[in-house]
Amino acid sequence: MAFTLYTLIQTAILCTNAIAVLHEERFLSRIGWGVDQGVGGFGDDPGVKAQTLNLIRSVRTVMRVPLIIVNSACIVLLLLFG
Amino acid sequence: MSVNKLKYFFAVDTRYVLKKLMILMFPYTHQDWEVRYHRDTPLTPRQDVNAPDLYIPTMAFITYILLAGMALGIQKRFSPEVLGLCASTALVWIIIEVLVMLLSLYLLTVHSDLSTFDLIAYSGYKYVGMIFTVLSGLLFGNDGYYVALVWSSCALMFFIVRSLKMKILPSISSDSMGMGSNAKPQLRLYITVATAVFQPIIIYWLTSHLVR
Repeated sequence: MAFTLYTLIQTAILCTNAIAVLHEERFLSRIGWGVDQGVGGFGDDPGVKAQTLNLIRSVRTVMRVPLIIVNSACIVLLLLFG
Repeated sequence: MSVNKLKYFFAVDTRYVLKKLMILMFPYTHQDWEVRYHRDTPLTPRQDVNAPDLYIPTMAFITYILLAGMALGIQKRFSPEVLGLCASTALVWIIIEVLVMLLSLYLLTVHSDLSTFDLIAYSGYKYVGMIFTVLSGLLFGNDGYYVALVWSSCALMFFIVRSLKMKILPSISSDSMGMGSNAKPQLRLYITVATAVFQPIIIYWLTSHLVR
């Protein structure tokens, strides 16, 4: 399995896109992964589920605009250079 | 990620490098694995042989790439693109491993002082084992390769488990009321063991095509 840095960038873009398309009210709330179920435990150690939900929510909030830019750039580059 | 933090990792000297290489190849007699502190800041590698550094991983990485080129050249399979491919493959595997470690440490809220550079350092120590494996594979053929693979895998697994155990696993769990800490030590143990088990797999993966 020969990786190049380009493969890594592709993987990162695809994974971030996959997290960003998870819709909040159509999907995440249905399976119990909504933002209101994220904050459950008091004390200083939230569980694994709370941390993952936090992570998903942060990625979606932070990467929304950069993803638009990066995706547009990818589309233009792929159209031009195949 | 400042330059000062990076300078800490390159503050090594010859004595430290020799001792660390000895520990990497034969960690079974090393007694004290605790990283020593001096008023809340960790000691530099010059003063503490247990401190992680980035000099050995960087040098080992470059040596591994050169050795890969030489091994392919001996078998007449060399071309400059292959060298670049080998280098970027190894680099991508380091990045993947560090990202997975960071993700698992974040998800399990392990409050350790392992920074990104520490993880890069621990992840880069396997290149010393890889160099040893490839060299003995070139010198002694297939048998030498497998013997060296087993030896460096065991040594590296022992080294990783002992080094990370201090940082990840809790020594005294007196903060929570005992509610959430039942699953935690187990999961933390799994992380340490998984990291250790990953090392021989990646050593084999990155070196077997060089010693045919």
